[in-house]
Amino acid sequence: MSRLSRRGLLGAGVAAGAATGFAGGFGSARASEGDGDARPASYPFHGRHQAGIVTPAQDRLHFAAFDVTGTSRGELVRLLQAWTAAAEAMTQGRQVGGGVPLPYDAPAADTGEAIGLSPSRLTLTFGFGPSLFRDAQDRDRFGIADRQPTALRRLPHFPADHLDEARSDGDLCVQACADDPQVAVHAIRNLSRIAFGTAALRWAQLGFGRTSSTSTTQQTPRNLFGFKDGTANLKAEQPAQVDEHVWVGRGDDAGADWLAGGSYLVARRITMHIETWDRTSLREQENLVGRDRPAGAPLSGGSEFTPPDFHLKGSDGQPLMKLDSHVRLAHPSQNHGVRMLRRGYNFTDGNDALGRLDAGLFFLAYVRDPARQYIPMQTRLSAQDGLMEYLQHTGSALFAVPPGVRPGEYVGQPLFA
Amino acid sequence: MTHLTRAVLGALLLAPIATACTSNSTSSSAGDEGTVTVTSTDDACEVSSTSAPSGTLVFDVTNKGSKVTEFYLYAADGTKIVGEVENIGPGIKRQLVTRAAPGSYVTACKPGMSGKGIRADFTVKDSGQDAAVSGADQQLVDAASKDYASFVREESDALLAGTAKFVAAYRAGDDARARALYPVARTHWERIEPVAESFGDLDPRMDARQADLAEGDRWTGWHLLEKDLWPPHGAGYRALSGQQRTAYADLLLADTRDLHGRVQKMTFSEDAIANGAKELMDEVATGKVTGEEEIWSHTDLYDFQANLDGARRGYQGLRPLLAKRDPALATTLDARFTTLQSMLDRHRAGQGFVSYEKLSTTQVKELSDAVNALSEPLAGLTAAVVGL
Repeated sequence: MSRLSRRGLLGAGVAAGAATGFAGGFGSARASEGDGDARPASYPFHGRHQAGIVTPAQDRLHFAAFDVTGTSRGELVRLLQAWTAAAEAMTQGRQVGGGVPLPYDAPAADTGEAIGLSPSRLTLTFGFGPSLFRDAQDRDRFGIADRQPTALRRLPHFPADHLDEARSDGDLCVQACADDPQVAVHAIRNLSRIAFGTAALRWAQLGFGRTSSTSTTQQTPRNLFGFKDGTANLKAEQPAQVDEHVWVGRGDDAGADWLAGGSYLVARRITMHIETWDRTSLREQENLVGRDRPAGAPLSGGSEFTPPDFHLKGSDGQPLMKLDSHVRLAHPSQNHGVRMLRRGYNFTDGNDALGRLDAGLFFLAYVRDPARQYIPMQTRLSAQDGLMEYLQHTGSALFAVPPGVRPGEYVGQPLFA
Repeated sequence: MTHLTRAVLGALLLAPIATACTSNSTSSSAGDEGTVTVTSTDDACEVSSTSAPSGTLVFDVTNKGSKVTEFYLYAADGTKIVGEVENIGPGIKRQLVTRAAPGSYVTACKPGMSGKGIRADFTVKDSGQDAAVSGADQQLVDAASKDYASFVREESDALLAGTAKFVAAYRAGDDARARALYPVARTHWERIEPVAESFGDLDPRMDARQADLAEGDRWTGWHLLEKDLWPPHGAGYRALSGQQRTAYADLLLADTRDLHGRVQKMTFSEDAIANGAKELMDEVATGKVTGEEEIWSHTDLYDFQANLDGARRGYQGLRPLLAKRDPALATTLDARFTTLQSMLDRHRAGQGFVSYEKLSTTQVKELSDAVNALSEPLAGLTAAVVGL
């Protein structure tokens, strides 16, 4: 069985899981064990950088954004400490609470639904939104406003944005990725529970299948348009490029050196007009994307990883890679060489009132500087990308992702040092 | 679930559990020394150690017999219960987590759940850890029980008086007055809701919402009258006749009298009070903050306040005990009660509260966040106050 077809099976498992509860979780846990996969069963929580960025993208996502309801710096720090302890345990497949025996009359420290499941390569990645530094009333609630990174600003309004405030922004975020959806959901559920009284869930997004590869060992997956996505993504095996495009360097922002070794996370909920897309000719679809559907090869020729030739023309004298094609507009060569590490997920949140799929791409990208690497490109895409006819951006957020955590530290500690 | 899936599951469960055990035991605060293994069979009670260090004690009790069993830790006199686990079915494992000061104790398994049990002496050695246990605790428990029982009686008195006034206005067709009295009388019901709900015959007759009914159920009680006083617009609602009004109003008053009589001699253990406080906040979380309790009158915030009053009163009674057992929890709960109250106070209007319909989504979310903030630590109250 090839990797890709196994992944296809997993997708089917999730659909069944939605109806029958646990079937999806166990199904995928089974598939991720003993399948000859060379990846480790769990990833270390500690490190120079947070896990869940260059980590080979797992199959499932539960992403959550929180508002801090607590009012003191001490409360915020205690929350980050408690989250760190829980994350250290859960990413290693242990229960929250360290197994300390509790009386029968007390609620259990861990909610229990991951008992017996493997760690499922769970990673938990934490981020800070602009409103953590200055809230809507411009208040500096936690005494950190002077350390707000210059680039950490609410993303601008892009053409055709149709944002739902209730699916946008947030003081804190947690990206939970795992190969078993139940493990990812368990993580967000327990972190939300730990946060009660200090932070409250603002919005969350489930993703059922990765749309990016962050390692050359992974196949390029397909998005819900049916096309391979993220072929030209940054990969863990390109450390020099990752250093250049993903990790914030010391000195990048003199007022926010605490972020060195960290990154910025762009989150965009992009709804796809699935039904109109599906009744679009394959010719039109391929022209809009700029790749062929079967192999993901650029329309200028070659195979999936052949660089596109934006000059090659067809019989009508027009470039084979159309001027409004997505790949052309998003390509580094058309964007001053900037690149991103994309880590998005396909999502389906049931259907809308008209019986249409509420589905799309939950776009996640890690960049060293959003002002240079994301905002100009998205501005162009939103205005010119032919695919926009089939897309609507419905949620948006930007977070600063602090560097990795050393044993004994808590996540984001340099910000409060 | 098919057999195949189950087999796969079984295989999956083995490995992770083994890992979990290794990691869990290293981080357990009670430590191996504080954990005692107990095997109860139909004629034996094997206790892995005859002593343990003072502080938190954990007994891992497994019933390997064929009868339902119990395990007790008694004080030296062999009668005073320090900690107990009951109703352990054959093959079941259960943990007793308790605290004990240095001294002599007695352990006992009770297969069959009767008699003196299979007893053995047990020693708790001084580890230097404060077990925060003292004989004065019983007085604190007694005081809390007495206080809560008198609270329940007072509220029941007020409920009866308030219901009588409400019913009189409603029967007389003075709807404006009945509408004003409705949330006020119900306040006394909502303050002691877990007590009222403990009567399985009265509660559905008095407090069922229309949506709670099964097909063919007869609807009576508060919410039937609520709908009649705040009839839905243009939905073809037929007002109750004068005769129906009298019948339903009289039934409600008679049931209230019945309830009043039943609570007079009620007593409350510390865990009942603590669980009651938690349940009252659960009521807020699932029914009041969502506006589902009073869908016709939208007086949900009155009920919200009343549930909060009841939870706070139960908590206040137990607070002296909690302050000895877990002062940090007491501090947290004090603060969270205050925050929630001040948030709710923002929606006061006149003698009462604004209509639930006046709340914005953001305001409801703020209230809900504050309810979660209180309820999460409040769920730890029972475990903190039970036991010696």
